[in-house]
Amino acid sequence: MTAEATNMPAKARPSLYAIDPRTKRRNAAEKRFRLYGVAAVGFGLLALVVLLSSVLGSGLGAFRQSVLTMQVPLDAAVLDKEGTRDPAAIAKVTTIAYGKLLQDALTAELTEKALLPAGMKPKDVGGMISKEAPAQLRNLVLANPDLIGTTVSFDALANGRIDGFFKGRVTMESAKLDSNVSPVQLELAQAMRDAGLLALKFNPGFIFSPDASELRPEAAGLGVAILGSAYMMLIVLVLSLPIGVAASIYLEEFAPKNRFTDLIEVNIANLAAVPSIVFGILGLAAFINFGGLPQSSSVVGGLVLTLMTLPRIIIPARAALKSVPPSIKDAALGVGASKTQTIFHHVLPLAMPGILTGAIIGLAQALGETAPLLLIGMVAFVRDYPAAPPEGFFDPASAIPVQIYSWTQRADPAFTERASGAIIVLLVFLLVMNSLAVVLRRKFERRW
Amino acid sequence: MSIGLLTLIVIALAAAGFLIGRQLALSKAGGDIRRLHSLPGYYGQTVFLFTAVPALLLMLLWLLVQPLLIETRVTSMISATDIPDGSSASLVMTDVRRIAEGIDLILARGKLGETDIAAMRADLADVRSRLAEVGVAVGTNVKPGVFEAAKAYRDLSHSGHLALTVAVLALALAGFGYALSRIRPEFRARNVSEGFVRVLLIAASLVAILTTVGIVLSLVFETIHFFRLYPASKFFLSTTWNPKFGGGSDLGIWPLIWGTLYISVIALVVAVPVGIFAAIFLAEYASKKVRAMTKPLLEVLAGIPTIVYGLFALITVGPVLRDWFAQPLGLGTSSSSVMTAGLVMGIMLIPFVSSLSDDIINAVPQSLRDGSYGLGATQSETVRQVILPAALPGIVGAILLAASRAIGETMIVVLGAGAAAKMSLNPFEAMTTVTVKIVSQLTGDTEFASPETLVSFALGLTLFVFTLGLNILALVIVRKYREQYE
Repeated sequence: MTAEATNMPAKARPSLYAIDPRTKRRNAAEKRFRLYGVAAVGFGLLALVVLLSSVLGSGLGAFRQSVLTMQVPLDAAVLDKEGTRDPAAIAKVTTIAYGKLLQDALTAELTEKALLPAGMKPKDVGGMISKEAPAQLRNLVLANPDLIGTTVSFDALANGRIDGFFKGRVTMESAKLDSNVSPVQLELAQAMRDAGLLALKFNPGFIFSPDASELRPEAAGLGVAILGSAYMMLIVLVLSLPIGVAASIYLEEFAPKNRFTDLIEVNIANLAAVPSIVFGILGLAAFINFGGLPQSSSVVGGLVLTLMTLPRIIIPARAALKSVPPSIKDAALGVGASKTQTIFHHVLPLAMPGILTGAIIGLAQALGETAPLLLIGMVAFVRDYPAAPPEGFFDPASAIPVQIYSWTQRADPAFTERASGAIIVLLVFLLVMNSLAVVLRRKFERRW
Repeated sequence: MSIGLLTLIVIALAAAGFLIGRQLALSKAGGDIRRLHSLPGYYGQTVFLFTAVPALLLMLLWLLVQPLLIETRVTSMISATDIPDGSSASLVMTDVRRIAEGIDLILARGKLGETDIAAMRADLADVRSRLAEVGVAVGTNVKPGVFEAAKAYRDLSHSGHLALTVAVLALALAGFGYALSRIRPEFRARNVSEGFVRVLLIAASLVAILTTVGIVLSLVFETIHFFRLYPASKFFLSTTWNPKFGGGSDLGIWPLIWGTLYISVIALVVAVPVGIFAAIFLAEYASKKVRAMTKPLLEVLAGIPTIVYGLFALITVGPVLRDWFAQPLGLGTSSSSVMTAGLVMGIMLIPFVSSLSDDIINAVPQSLRDGSYGLGATQSETVRQVILPAALPGIVGAILLAASRAIGETMIVVLGAGAAAKMSLNPFEAMTTVTVKIVSQLTGDTEFASPETLVSFALGLTLFVFTLGLNILALVIVRKYREQYE
């Protein structure tokens, strides 16, 4: 070897300091290769930034809503003809009467401030108010009949098109072609905003109200969806954590090495990679058609998500159990503890932070899952809040991701803003859960 | 008695059993704990487990089986004349269930007594308006046969429920008594209760197998059902997909497979180079600080729900591609296209490829690198000629896993790819995938037993088999590779 090396003919090189072309090429290739790597990481990060900013940009508007502030005289002659203040009699007055009240109140307000354009019909003035506002006023009165006969200051939601005008969705040009709104109404809205009658205010209804129909995007909210998602997460947590921990204890500590154990392990690895929509088909066929559970209820959604989350909990739980050093087990066994005692008294408590971290991340994935829930009928339009558990688990409910999907399927572009806003809510929930997992890991992680 | 209350009673009984069992063991040992085989708590545990577990299992089983038995018995009561034209036995059964619920509501409101209901006959009294009073809407006028079936349904479920309560309580008490009778100081309570616990652990790990069996059974049964209504040869060989409401649909799978594969290939073309280069950079070049910052950020991409990517495709990527590429190039006017879905899905898959590849590159032994550097290779030469060949099987596994995800992905394609089933080469045209059609056929308004709905089970089975194959292949490759260096 050495002899060969010394025998090699010496190449003629001008100087050791001059870089020959071949080295130059190799160095350039090295630089390029490194650049590809930086570009790849940069592309990934750029995609993340664009994704988040596009969703945030189009969704923040959903948290603020145009509101018309007006003084509404609650005329006793209209709302309570007999003057008995009998709740049953008041409840007989429909939203149409309340709509008329609001329309008159707004017209009066506009006339007083001399904003009303000449020739504008009262009906067009009323058209600027959301169709949901009369129902809200009616609920207000039903909750407190003493208000009848007085004049209340009422914040009525503006029509979705008027709201869109202030958020840049609706322009004068598009209004000309739109049968739901006219340029005159938009000009009036601008004038009202300048006069302080109309303002963009924070909109708690987006978080707490139920969904609203196609024609009133301004009133649509996430209330039922958030409650439904919470119910499902509760079911997933209660079922998948104990089952997942029990399964991983068995597989990690008790299971003999044989074909049966192998079968279970392959199964779990596989289930973790089965497309989520297949779990939806399972839920439809097994829980709804075969088991007779009600469609679009949170119990079916919770069960389907539980089956999906199980492998995602078992895999990190086994890793956590495995990371507990054998010396702890040996010590426990050495002082006479049985195997079960060793595991439940020593190994499991030490592995618990790791198990919980995995469980929270699995739960966060379940929270964002959409496809299986579509198949079990959760796209249905649900306006009623589900009852308190346990009966409420069987009531129809929605879920945040499914609500996002159904909003994207509606024609009015105002719903796109709602969908993006709902994504912000969803991402905030996920962020909280994942931070909790990180904190848990940081605080309790032990290096042996 | 409601199921929740019954469960509570059983659990309360079991808890009481724990205390009594513990006390009994102590008193039988004369208060001297040393005379007991196990710690006193274990005696209590045996009573708890024997009381609660069999009773609750029986309850679960009963709740699963009872509706099936009642259903078959009541269905046999409905004669063919009770089924209106254009309806089916299953629809009539839904009516039966609703009427039964309505009767319960009428009784709960105290409008009628049990005897009135028993005497009520659908051909004499107006059942429909009675039901409407309590808020139960029934589509057509109630036929006498259906009403009788509803009454029978109600009676059967009530007696079934009563029998359930009695049986569960009896079993709980029997377990309670049996476990208590076994308590003696020399009784090996710890071994018994640990054995019991182990059985529970095994049962928990069987859930995974049950899930797989459930998936396979539900897919296979409904697929067989589908092929009875629609010839399998047409499903697998036809190249037209054209479902119709009135029947006579063409349900060929090829346009869907074409769309699925086209989108997946575009996604992989984006994700694989980016993912592998990112993994190489993170594993070989990045300093510890950069790595600690970028790696979690890239993994955020994997944690974002797919519906978010779907909306991103729908409102941002789709319009941009249409206005800047498709329309100027004259390739199409649709914002949902193969390209849109493929690109967004590619972004989603980057962390799947990069994380796994990163792990695998890190697992290549340092000695290989040192050897290469020692021979004078530059870093990039080492990566290309030593590390990548050594890591290749693992990276192929990672790519296969990413491909399986791409094929099974639903929300991105539902929102980004469109719904038109066609086989075209133009990437800016809207096409559709297997998963999109599963969603649209199952959430549509067609009747469940029609081929247009059942086809989604055949599609689901195709999808399941496809992804299962890819997953197993990937797992085998990755596992084999791991063994090589460990």
